[in-house]
Amino acid sequence: MKMTKKGAALLSAAAVAGALTGAAAQAQDKEFTIAVSIPAATHGWTGGVVYHAQEAEKQLEAAFPNIDVIVSTASSATAQVSSLEDLSATNKLDALVILPFTSEELTGPVEQIASNGTFITVVDRGLADPSIQDLYVAGDNIAVGANTAKWLVDKLGGQGEIVVLRGIPTVIDDERIKGFQDVIDQSDIKILDIQYANWNQDEAFSLMQDYLGKYPHIDAVWANDDDMLLGVIEAVDQAKRDEVQYMLGGNGMKQVIEMVKAGDERTPISTPYPPSMIASAMYMTAAQFAGQAPMRGSFKLDAPLITPENADQFYFPESPF
Amino acid sequence: MSSAEVATLPESEGFRIRWGDLAPFIALGVIILLGTLINSNFMSANNILNVITRSAFIAIIGVGATFVIATGGLDLSIGSMLAFVVGIMIMAMNALAPALGAWAIPAGAVVALVVGSLCGLLNGLIVTVGRIEPFIVTLGTMGIFRALITYMTDGGSLSIDRSLRNAYRPVYFGDFLGIPYPVLITLAIALLGAFILYRTKYGRRVTAVGSNADVASFSGVHVSRVRTMAFVIQGFCVAVAAICYVPRLGAATPTTGQLWELQVITAVVIGGTLLRGGKAHIWGTVAGALILEVIANVMVLSDMVSEYLVAAVQGAIIIIAMLAHRFTSTR
Repeated sequence: MKMTKKGAALLSAAAVAGALTGAAAQAQDKEFTIAVSIPAATHGWTGGVVYHAQEAEKQLEAAFPNIDVIVSTASSATAQVSSLEDLSATNKLDALVILPFTSEELTGPVEQIASNGTFITVVDRGLADPSIQDLYVAGDNIAVGANTAKWLVDKLGGQGEIVVLRGIPTVIDDERIKGFQDVIDQSDIKILDIQYANWNQDEAFSLMQDYLGKYPHIDAVWANDDDMLLGVIEAVDQAKRDEVQYMLGGNGMKQVIEMVKAGDERTPISTPYPPSMIASAMYMTAAQFAGQAPMRGSFKLDAPLITPENADQFYFPESPF
Repeated sequence: MSSAEVATLPESEGFRIRWGDLAPFIALGVIILLGTLINSNFMSANNILNVITRSAFIAIIGVGATFVIATGGLDLSIGSMLAFVVGIMIMAMNALAPALGAWAIPAGAVVALVVGSLCGLLNGLIVTVGRIEPFIVTLGTMGIFRALITYMTDGGSLSIDRSLRNAYRPVYFGDFLGIPYPVLITLAIALLGAFILYRTKYGRRVTAVGSNADVASFSGVHVSRVRTMAFVIQGFCVAVAAICYVPRLGAATPTTGQLWELQVITAVVIGGTLLRGGKAHIWGTVAGALILEVIANVMVLSDMVSEYLVAAVQGAIIIIAMLAHRFTSTR
């Protein structure tokens, strides 16, 4: 429930976005108002989103004194809809940067705001009607799976037996798994098992213990998220299974990037689906107003492999994720 | 598994052995049999030890929940409380590590026990002094504890100091004479719980309050005190579970212990404790926790169920187990 510094004191936990008026009062000498609506920090990745949004807010306001940024977090799709209503009722919004909780529920409310002439930037999850947005910034989940799979096929010499842990049943999870499977299917690598561990460290630990009990030989593991990877590593270490050559995750979590930087033999790479994409979106939106840089269209962040050589670019030691 | 069953018998000596009381153990036996038939790896020593060790958290918290539920209460905050206690414990250990070295671990454990008991006391006092339904009170504290751990971790994760990690790790992964420490701790907590519940005056008052609070009150039982104490026991058990939990992954995240309250309540009810209170089965709760963990394990080991349907099969097995329980106990 961390919001703008200005608004934070006024807010009670329940009235998620009811009191952002405090920010508006201070915005008199500001020419442009950019509202940022994101999910609250309920797990590692959204924790990173909140962190990067707050950092970008500070940096943008320092760099462009005429821009006022308001960051608002919401703990559910309904709360996000209310927060949008409150934001637009109490401010004249020049731009809205939104990472929607769900596509369908948020489409109507965002369209409402767009009809007032507000510049709309959508991040990560697309709206049901893409014509509403002026700018779309997202990561590439298919590439997260595909790039990891390509690396793995190469390292295993196109054969071997692997297990996969997937997250919570969502489009994000489906796309990663699809990207991964499509590449693996073209090789002789066999996927022994795929089960849900809900992007949760504890569940990943249990599931990996069970995989290790079920299969006497596993060459590599792919947990499609770095949070789960940490649970997997504990389970493999406990079982002392030396034949597991590679344990890979995805997302670019701080602890895992540290392992990549240190040249870990079993986790030498990760693939980014960086929460900092919210910051990319905020900068691009600000450029539309502060600079002479028109920013319309779709921007897809690539998911290049994070290796010891480039890990520094993806490493944010202060971020919670 | 067998250790829990064997240990049951001396504990229930004071009662007539009824088939209904044995139902959870029979259900556990049936599921174990199924598991053995489905995959030969199921009975391997490693798999059995993994599963029993993993069930320790739910079993330990379940012992406390048995007290709360037996008094006619309900605690929905336990999963969040666990996460909160884990967070406080990690922060305390990290802060004490430079000064105390490895002694920061026992010191942190004591902090956890105190904080856990206080969290339980808070729940208990709001329920009894405030005269509010435990469902509502603990729903509220569930949100509070969950928000606090999210705040403490900034939505990310809170890790234990590297210098303590290796010293603390054996508490989950180590063993004594081949029995993992979490299993021993579960047995100790269950024995203690069974002793309090079946052999002390307080224990008899717990079930008396649960079966009829008015009658208990007329016969001179201080109902509020009994109920509050049950919540304190619950908080203490949560802290013990936290002490076993931290050495496993060494971190707290906002999803730590999420939905564990449902697993714990399920384990308690499968174990034969009445949800409306008045009847308590500590060893049944332990069996219930094992049943849940074994079902999950068998689901992964079997190739019969699509990954999309695992939860449905788990739910069906739990309902079937409860129906079997009903038929055996009305006999």
